[in-house]
Amino acid sequence: MDFSNFQAPGMYPYHASSSSKQAEKSYVDHPIMGPHNSSFTLMPEAPSKHTKYPYVTGTSVLGVKYKDGVLLASDTAASYGSTVRYKSVQRLKAVGKTTALGASGEISDFQAINELLDQLITNDYMWDDGNNLGPVEIHNYLNRLMYGRRNKFDPLWNSLVLGGVKNGQQYLGVVTMIGVHYVDDHVATGFGNHLARPIFRDEWRADMTHEEAVALLEKCMLVLFYRDRSAINKFQIANVTEAGVHISEPYALQTNWSYKAFENPTAGAVGSW
Amino acid sequence: MTKSNVMEVPPKGGFTFDLCRRNTMLQQQGAKLPKFRKTGTTIVGLIFKDGVILGADTRATEGEIVCDKNCEKIHYLAPNISCCGAGTAADTENVTDMVSSQLVLHRYATGRESRVVTALTMLKSHLFRYQGQVSAALVLGGVDVTGPHLHAVYPHGSTDTLPFATMGSGSLAAMSVFESRYKENLTKEEGMEIVSAAICAGIFNDLGSGSNVDLCIITKARKEYLRNYQQPNPRSYSRSKGYDFKIGHTAVLSTKITQLRQHVQVLEGDAMEEE
Repeated sequence: MDFSNFQAPGMYPYHASSSSKQAEKSYVDHPIMGPHNSSFTLMPEAPSKHTKYPYVTGTSVLGVKYKDGVLLASDTAASYGSTVRYKSVQRLKAVGKTTALGASGEISDFQAINELLDQLITNDYMWDDGNNLGPVEIHNYLNRLMYGRRNKFDPLWNSLVLGGVKNGQQYLGVVTMIGVHYVDDHVATGFGNHLARPIFRDEWRADMTHEEAVALLEKCMLVLFYRDRSAINKFQIANVTEAGVHISEPYALQTNWSYKAFENPTAGAVGSW
Repeated sequence: MTKSNVMEVPPKGGFTFDLCRRNTMLQQQGAKLPKFRKTGTTIVGLIFKDGVILGADTRATEGEIVCDKNCEKIHYLAPNISCCGAGTAADTENVTDMVSSQLVLHRYATGRESRVVTALTMLKSHLFRYQGQVSAALVLGGVDVTGPHLHAVYPHGSTDTLPFATMGSGSLAAMSVFESRYKENLTKEEGMEIVSAAICAGIFNDLGSGSNVDLCIITKARKEYLRNYQQPNPRSYSRSKGYDFKIGHTAVLSTKITQLRQHVQVLEGDAMEEE
């Protein structure tokens, strides 16, 4: 597929940006030939539309392998800078029958990736050749996609977690916005790398049951809710097994804010907190 | 003094920040500041049933190099108060030494055991006066007549009073262990287990922390300083043939012996005695 003219659906490149961060001159009034067309020397050059910053972002995604398959977990928040703007965003998606994809970072880029993957899976289905794209193939596809966009200095601003099961083999991998890709038994994006990976490295076992793996993920998601400002207490878990992909309904975890030490903590040190 | 200086000394003493502005200007022009010794670090503190447990790793870094594999990050402040330090090593060492001296004089003046809030106030006033230029992030803990106390002190002079605290580059890894395991009214053994697990999380997951685990347990009765309580990074490789390289391992291509005595000529007086 040719991506040189790829535009994410719903994103018009000639839309005047009202963001105060983009202090470049506006070319809205000039006719523009195309984003990468500089052979027309008489026309002013089209403004650079390379992605420079993410706007609406999702926070960490966690993934673990367990005995019967793979689990992915994420919360359902999308932040607009420092505001928690959307609280019911599903950041996990089933890709075919064998794979689940979780994304952190720019939500619009995640939606664009979803469109592409839907087309990919539909095309694969139409071949009707008895074979389906499995997690390995989707991982490779996403890697080429992300790396190709990075080489054009116009990245899809996401860190993707891909988990799947095919022919009894579990697969769990990551692709980042610059095209770094790897597989592992347990993965995380963003803040999850700092807060959840240490717990995974200490407590993950290859032969965990589904309940144990969910408990491990919930323990990490609770820590993330306590310590990541963009996280909210509303999570979804995607479970991928040989039977298929199942994404749970959003649910909340029990939190504990009632430590005695938090009541009047500065009784002895007035002025601090 | 006829020439006027660019930098004027303020009349009543105090800190001028002119050099700080000059340093940032030079950096923007491309000059490289010398790398100072930082403690990378994972430091933690936790309040348990009978007192406070402080923990620290032992790696000190200079840029990307580990300059000290087994440094001491838990500093003495008073017989009943200790302080873990993260940030610039010189700053943490000197600021804790300074406050420790001030506390001795304060004990003489008051005739009483030092209180943790005294140390806290001395540290935070000093750090605030230097507007964050003294890069010391501390976990201060101790037990005094009013009970056990644990505080986190930041380089700009703000403080937090907490039941459990972590600081340094490994603070997120350590905090993830604390947040998932901390309970109220822990016993001493449970507390030590959680603190060393938190430091190990920093050692193994953070590049700025490493080597060994130091613990300091402070209760009303006494202070136990357990230096190198855990050593999870031993030097395990040992060459099977040993390290005794006898003469003959390396081929000698040529030999030239120069007698030093040849160059000494005693012209007058006595030659120097041997031995």
